[in-house]
Amino acid sequence: MSSQVQSASAATADVESHGFMHDQRKRRIAGDIVAHVFLAILAIIWIIPIVWVFLESFNKNPAPYQNTFFPTEYTFDNFVKLFTERNVLDFPRMFLNTLIIAIFVCLISLFFVLSVAYCMSRLRFRGRKGFMNVVLILGMFPGIMSVVAIYFILKAIDLTSDGFTILALILVYSAGSGVNFYVMKGFMDTIPKSLDEAAMLDGCTRLQVFTKIILPVCRPMIVYQTITGFLTPWLDFVMAKVICRTQTNYTASLGLYQMLQKEYIQSWFARFAAGAVIISIPIAILFIVTQRFYQESMAGSVKG
Amino acid sequence: MSTATLSPRTRHRKPRKKYGADYIAPSPYTLRAALANGDIWTKLSIVVFGLGNLVHKQIVKGLLLLAGEIGFICFMIFSGAKNLSKLPGLGDQVQGQVQDADGFWHYTAGDNSVVILLYGVATIVFCIVFVLWWYMSIRSAYKAQCEAQANNGRANSFVDDIHELANQRAWVTLMFLPVLGILVFTVLPLIFMISMAFTDYDHNHLVLFDWTGFDAFKQVFSNSGSTVSARLFLSVLGWTLVWAVFATFLNFFLGMFLAMIINRKTTHGKGFWRAIFSMSIAVPQFVSLLVMSQMLQQQGAINRLLQSWGWIDSPLPFLTDATWARVTVIIVNLWIGIPYTIMQITGILQNIPAELYEAAKIDGANWWQTFIKITMPYIFFVLTPYLITTFTGNVNNFNVIYLLTQGAPTPVGDSAGKTDLLITWLYKLTVDKNDYNLGAVIGIMTFIVLAVVSLVTYRSTGSYKNEEGFQ
Repeated sequence: MSSQVQSASAATADVESHGFMHDQRKRRIAGDIVAHVFLAILAIIWIIPIVWVFLESFNKNPAPYQNTFFPTEYTFDNFVKLFTERNVLDFPRMFLNTLIIAIFVCLISLFFVLSVAYCMSRLRFRGRKGFMNVVLILGMFPGIMSVVAIYFILKAIDLTSDGFTILALILVYSAGSGVNFYVMKGFMDTIPKSLDEAAMLDGCTRLQVFTKIILPVCRPMIVYQTITGFLTPWLDFVMAKVICRTQTNYTASLGLYQMLQKEYIQSWFARFAAGAVIISIPIAILFIVTQRFYQESMAGSVKG
Repeated sequence: MSTATLSPRTRHRKPRKKYGADYIAPSPYTLRAALANGDIWTKLSIVVFGLGNLVHKQIVKGLLLLAGEIGFICFMIFSGAKNLSKLPGLGDQVQGQVQDADGFWHYTAGDNSVVILLYGVATIVFCIVFVLWWYMSIRSAYKAQCEAQANNGRANSFVDDIHELANQRAWVTLMFLPVLGILVFTVLPLIFMISMAFTDYDHNHLVLFDWTGFDAFKQVFSNSGSTVSARLFLSVLGWTLVWAVFATFLNFFLGMFLAMIINRKTTHGKGFWRAIFSMSIAVPQFVSLLVMSQMLQQQGAINRLLQSWGWIDSPLPFLTDATWARVTVIIVNLWIGIPYTIMQITGILQNIPAELYEAAKIDGANWWQTFIKITMPYIFFVLTPYLITTFTGNVNNFNVIYLLTQGAPTPVGDSAGKTDLLITWLYKLTVDKNDYNLGAVIGIMTFIVLAVVSLVTYRSTGSYKNEEGFQ
């Protein structure tokens, strides 16, 4: 449909430039061809790694190196083995760990981000500006710097022993999430204040304004924030690597990283690809669903 | 010129009167006023927290304040004082071994400097919180006194306070847990880690270490040190800045170029091209990076492909030669970053008011002139803050470097490889080599670099915004 509109507009452009139509038309056609060929080449570069890892996940040869670029024989075994052979690297367990962590992290961080963003956007109190500045400064410290310190703190409160690493990771991923309020605040700033004022005239308290007015209006951003929170444990591996010392507590990303280490890679590479595909598919679907919110949030963050 | 973009600004400025929209009148219940005008109960509250509240029948609030004080005092007696007293020396009791009569070895507990340091830092934080608690209790007592004077001896009840917490002071309720989380898991680790920079906590002193002042800084900035030296630091810093500049600006300009090609009037299948390029966002970054690093190995898929085509005789050293590796990480970063830029710039391009282009066309501007005079300034105007955050993000870009090269190639004997950024170097020094003090120094230096860069750029964007000639 859009191409029809474009050709229509192109037609009007033709009429306008009737005088030297001949020359311009040639130039435009040449330009079009160059542009499309260029885009096609780049598009191939962009999707080849993705196609490669997808095909590699069905590779019958489990080692990373072979003579051809794409696999020659295909099988579904890698996926089956990934979930059934649990004695060396227990991927199902890692998957389950990550899922549990992800659910809690997304709930807690959603609550934290929403409340901080509401306070910053709607309430006026002493220290509000100061808080925002402190958060900006905190953001300039490299995050990796505190990884070790966090490990020592968790050790001091006995959360690094075997059964508690899940709890520790939930705490680590969600506790500091209040600092990521900027995007949400940007969105809340665009909600007209007259809504709040009307509600308060009707007798709502500030808390009720938050739960009954702001939250429903923020629904798209809530979806976005939920997904960001949910994805954190699947994507992080630095924190997990320092905190999880034994393999039963590994998260999925840590497990995938482990599969590429020297002692595993020869027999695990195809299964690594399978695991990568399994993790990527839900994330890709979520991404496609939320792309709209993502763009909105980017626009919001730019406006400041 | 374009009223659509102007109107939100003017609307925003209207409510600003004398003090600006954010002005909040200072509370009348200050510490100074409490000391000057407080009655005997308010003044006694300096020592016994909550007394003023209890006298004015704010039982629950008074008891809470008092409980806080008693709790803190108990904590200080039972462990806080010990923690603080050990902090200056960081402990020097070595773990001992004693053989008893039956020949069994008994271990006497020694000191562990990390634990002492952590507890000491935590105790200091508790003390600061206690001072705030004290401040709060005096103000609260004075407030109760004033309310009682105004309301015939009746101060706000606990129920009133709860109502206030849901309404005027809702921010206290909402911010309490998030701020607590930030304090414990962001601020406390930072203070703890920064304080490590002033000790000799390295691989030789894993259990017992001492305060050594600026020795760790000297070690980083002298040329005699074994693991770190000024030469190494400067080379890593230089590469970090080069990387951040290239990664940020190449991404930006190439992404803009691609977005404009896709947005050309006569390009077919715009949605299709955008979908292809955003596919790499949908794949988790660590997966695509690990895959890329496998493909770029000596025996990896790319070298195999080039060899089977007969383009090269021996494998290309993508990640093993210093210069190759540096160029490779920048190019792989383009693969990851350009889709984000395309998404951003597409939105902005569609927002540029069409009448600007029409006016330029009437004035006889060609394609290049419109690009330089309209498109570029508009994009820069909107995206400057984004560029700054991308730059800081790239200085701290751990994933791309660590997952692709792990800093390799590393010259023999050096602790940092040729592609190591400050941030990956910090990680290696702390997690792999246990040189925590050096890692902390690198972290502080990274912070300083980032703060300087952000300050300078924010200032220049400030002047940029003042011009506003375009809008």
